[in-house]
Amino acid sequence: MAVTLSERAARHVANYMVKRGKGIGLRLGVRTSGCSGMAYKLEFADIARPDDIEFESHGVKVLIDPKSFPYLDGTELDYAREGLNEGFRFNNPNVKDACGCGESFNV
Amino acid sequence: MALLQIAEPGESSAPHQHRLAVGIDLGTTNSLVATVRSGLAVVLSDELGRPLLPSVVRYMPDGQTEVGYDAQTRQALDPRNTIVSVKRFMGRGLADISNREGMPYRFDDAPGMLRLHTVAGLKSPVEVSAEILRNLRLRAEASLGGALLGAVITVPAYFDDAQRQATKDAARLAGLPVLRLLNEPTAAAIAYGLDNAAEGVYAVYDLGGGTFDISILRLSRGIFEVLATGGDSALGGDDFDHRIFCWILETAGLKPLSVEDARVLLTRAREAKEYLTFHGVAPISARLDSGEIVDLTLSTEIFSEITQTLVAKTMQPVKKALRDAGLSVADVKGVVMVGGATRMPQVQRAVGDFFRQDPLNNLDPDKVVAIGAAKQANLLAGNGAAGDDWLLLDVIPLSLGIETMGGLVEKIIPRNATIPTARAQEFTTFRDGQTALAVHVVQGERELVGDCRSLARFELRGIPPMVAGAARVRVTFQVDADGLLAVTAREKTSGVEASIVVKPSYGLSDDEIAEMLKDSLQHVRDDALQRALREAQIDAERLLEAVRAALVGDGELLSADERARIDADIGKLQAATRGDNRRQIVLAMDDLEADTKDFAARRMDKSIRRAFAGRRISELDSDTTIAHTGEAT
Repeated sequence: MAVTLSERAARHVANYMVKRGKGIGLRLGVRTSGCSGMAYKLEFADIARPDDIEFESHGVKVLIDPKSFPYLDGTELDYAREGLNEGFRFNNPNVKDACGCGESFNV
Repeated sequence: MALLQIAEPGESSAPHQHRLAVGIDLGTTNSLVATVRSGLAVVLSDELGRPLLPSVVRYMPDGQTEVGYDAQTRQALDPRNTIVSVKRFMGRGLADISNREGMPYRFDDAPGMLRLHTVAGLKSPVEVSAEILRNLRLRAEASLGGALLGAVITVPAYFDDAQRQATKDAARLAGLPVLRLLNEPTAAAIAYGLDNAAEGVYAVYDLGGGTFDISILRLSRGIFEVLATGGDSALGGDDFDHRIFCWILETAGLKPLSVEDARVLLTRAREAKEYLTFHGVAPISARLDSGEIVDLTLSTEIFSEITQTLVAKTMQPVKKALRDAGLSVADVKGVVMVGGATRMPQVQRAVGDFFRQDPLNNLDPDKVVAIGAAKQANLLAGNGAAGDDWLLLDVIPLSLGIETMGGLVEKIIPRNATIPTARAQEFTTFRDGQTALAVHVVQGERELVGDCRSLARFELRGIPPMVAGAARVRVTFQVDADGLLAVTAREKTSGVEASIVVKPSYGLSDDEIAEMLKDSLQHVRDDALQRALREAQIDAERLLEAVRAALVGDGELLSADERARIDADIGKLQAATRGDNRRQIVLAMDDLEADTKDFAARRMDKSIRRAFAGRRISELDSDTTIAHTGEAT
């Protein structure tokens, strides 16, 4: 399996990376916190760590630490617009239920 | 499902703990709101994708309001209840508004700040601005998906305390916590300077719809300092539209127009102006109500020619600001262009020619201030990446000081001092037994109180009776990061204290500031002479006061002859003091001092005898005159 970016998400990430002027890719992860147990981490990556699991999707390098990977496997990162709001969305098949706002989730 | 933004490495926030912060450019003509999203500062658009919000508020009979484009389109139909350019009224009294005959509003002269009569009742400029800010807050909350931690709101660098306070009040009324007020040119410099990490002296040339501002900034080691500001509060892109409008009338040979036709042609003029930014010629065609058809072509050359004087007019304040900062063109490392009107090629060219370099224009000039404010807001909200913790210094637009004896101004914080700042100076009493001190806070560059703006007055009471000059009153001026002033006076031996937070009832208009600065430059020599005269007069009065008190107390120590001579000297000195010849005053003082020398010695002997006898000197009448100790602390 793998973690992928939608084409639209990749385009936005690439754009942000150019404007930011540095970084090698995107780091995804999960950590325990929030109202439903787990929360996503979505950050720019400046360095790759030795045990990172790497993917490449539409030209964007995605780095995931091995502990987070089982919770994210099969996820597609999408970019969406809801009214005036816009941003990234994790389409994660592992999620059983999420809190009302979706910022944290359970597997 | 919530939509996420990309964070800096290690900076992911916990769920439900996003620190949403925005930057707001609250403009005279248009306002914008921006935020930093996934590390990138972006302007937030409305539902129709429009980034600008016209700074127009229309009040309706049911108390509802329309803000922005809706209000703007109805402006012509309902001019009295449609408030445009409210920024010009912020923190202003009726007397501060110069051309109000030309405005459709019904003003009310409320104490402190004027009010506007609308169909929905009496409205203050603060309330009108709050409507604009509320609209931007709702837009930001809808765009960011949550309540805002706060906003950085930009103001012109020359905004005084009253105008800054009014802006803060408007934000509070709009339910918007203010993280900080930020000077507009500083925000523009942040938008450029930090992205490009360039240090040095920069000029910020801001030609908006109806106002022109020039600021000279210094960026060094992450610190911004405003060295000088200047401008013209009645010059902007609208004037260029008007020149084209006049050219159309003249070229097409049109008779006086109906209001409707004039509006159509003004719109065509603006469109032509914008078209010429990217094209060599602009077609102008319109069918008027009068049946006449306008079909003209405006070339870049003609446009440049008919607007040449306008462009030249912006260069005068530029030269003056440079002079104010003590710099020459060669010192300026970069020029930042702000405001939609700077898109015009002839403006770019003129600025480039003057500074002998291409101006920085790779950011959208309409958005650059909001973008800088958003970056600052992001930082203040604690969202910045490590190493981004730069300082930000703004300056005081006009010197702050207090009135001392004889209507002179003692400057405590000089113009262009960086804020936040606190400075103190020591003063003392003028008369024996004086138990109170009146502190009069003024703002301006001139030496005499009458030529400066009065900001506030308060009294320090309960000073224990002492001989003149013995009290030690420390007056502290503190200006916070938003440019608001707090003044404290404290008598050191007794510890009595009084203070005031300056929320001045009146502020200074941009024109007044410009005028006062001009005045101070022109009057430097006059003022120095005036000051010397005043100081001599004060010294004379002090001497007269002392001699009179001595004569009352110890007059019997003098022979009739001596007394007559002293009385004559007093008469001469009084006469000289009323005149404006400083030398005469000084000479008369010398005479009086010489003739009272023996008298003083005799009094001294007497008071020593009296001191040994354990008698007390009765308290003299107290007044509140403040004297200058001549020492800064």
